[in-house]
Amino acid sequence: MFSPNDPFLYIITAIVILIITGQSVFFLVRALRRAKAIGIPSATLKKTMISSAVYTIAPAISILLGVITLSKSLGFPLPWLRLSVIGAITYETAAAGAATNALGLSLGTLITDPSAFLTVVWVMTIGIMFSLVLVVFLAKRIESGMMKIRNRDEKWSGFLVSSLFLGMISAFLGLVFAEVGKGLTGWIPVFVMLASMLLMVILGALMKLLQWKWLSEYALPISMLGGMALAIPITNLVGILAK
Amino acid sequence: MDYRENTHRYGRFWVMTVIVLLLLVPVAIGVYYGTLPDFNGLWRGLLGVVPIFWTVGAIEVFTFTPMLGAGGTYLAFITGNLTNLKVPCVLNALQAADVKQGTEEAEVLSTIAVAVSSFVTMAIIALGVLLLSQVEPLLESPALQPAFENILPALFGGLGVVFISKNWKIAVAPLVFMIALFILMPSLAGSVGILVPVGALIAIGVARILYRKNLL
Repeated sequence: MFSPNDPFLYIITAIVILIITGQSVFFLVRALRRAKAIGIPSATLKKTMISSAVYTIAPAISILLGVITLSKSLGFPLPWLRLSVIGAITYETAAAGAATNALGLSLGTLITDPSAFLTVVWVMTIGIMFSLVLVVFLAKRIESGMMKIRNRDEKWSGFLVSSLFLGMISAFLGLVFAEVGKGLTGWIPVFVMLASMLLMVILGALMKLLQWKWLSEYALPISMLGGMALAIPITNLVGILAK
Repeated sequence: MDYRENTHRYGRFWVMTVIVLLLLVPVAIGVYYGTLPDFNGLWRGLLGVVPIFWTVGAIEVFTFTPMLGAGGTYLAFITGNLTNLKVPCVLNALQAADVKQGTEEAEVLSTIAVAVSSFVTMAIIALGVLLLSQVEPLLESPALQPAFENILPALFGGLGVVFISKNWKIAVAPLVFMIALFILMPSLAGSVGILVPVGALIAIGVARILYRKNLL
């Protein structure tokens, strides 16, 4: 009887994850060597690595939750593979959802038909392929394109890149307001966002007033985790008020 | 040879390897279990997935490659979780090191940030999956749920303060647009991927106008 938790699937998952870990190590070592060669101080490198590691912890836990959620229908190996390497929780869940939906199955029950399972794997695989293919063909051109702009007009290229970031931030901050029409509970994400913003402002003030420069690499993770933690009392409070 | 040149060569090679590897997974499953996919289900599943994900994927390549630098791009696209993790993580790292985007320092530091982030993610997920019996009750506990349901607002709240405070003139237009858009059309909540470049285009447009008028 087929199970999505079959050892064979664990083996495939382990192999792919190991290969991709190997690639990450390769790029990391190269980058570290290059960093030293162009004179970036070790302190900066350490700071970068530590802050990236710390920053990743909370989002990684939420990704883990995504793995657990998808494991209900897909078992553990497949979501483990997809979410540790290639995918993102929105895509994987949506792709799995679309595939199971097309097969008349749901994401709430374990798939026992190997053909159905294989179908889901194919949908998820083909869905994510395109960006990888584009990266192979276009990444170099895009990156050189950016360098040309920078050489022509450095100030503008700085604004251009900032605009890209701001575009992303504004889309996500807009998303925070998506549920406000639903009554007070729909404002919870907004309150959490405000809490996180407030934390950040406080941290920024601390850094300026007390000269706590070391805080700069932790400011974002602290405001994010703080916002998440505050989400609990906020949600509870709104729950009481909304009654 | 040139670091950047080599990064692109290695990067392309590894991404091609990953593409083959990922395609081999369903092939291996099919061969091992002696089964074929349900082609009808496959087709209909793809219809619901490809138009959106291939578009968003293309947009992500154009939007994020300049932000991530060469090495960062190849690694980030292989390891995934771009919008919710890798890109903000790189932002954070460049911010903390006080390094300008687009420089060689930024290139190298963002590669490092993406690599470290991938390791931590893989370690946490591996730990979580292996310790599942102990971890599941805790993670699924209703008391903690609100925290995990609000990761994105918490993440982008803090990040927003950093960027908006530096570039508020550029930030106003896309922010107001996006907030209004999501309030008026909440059903767009599932389309954030497509709206990110929309926000970027608005921001770029505004920035260009202000720049020309010397108002930046």
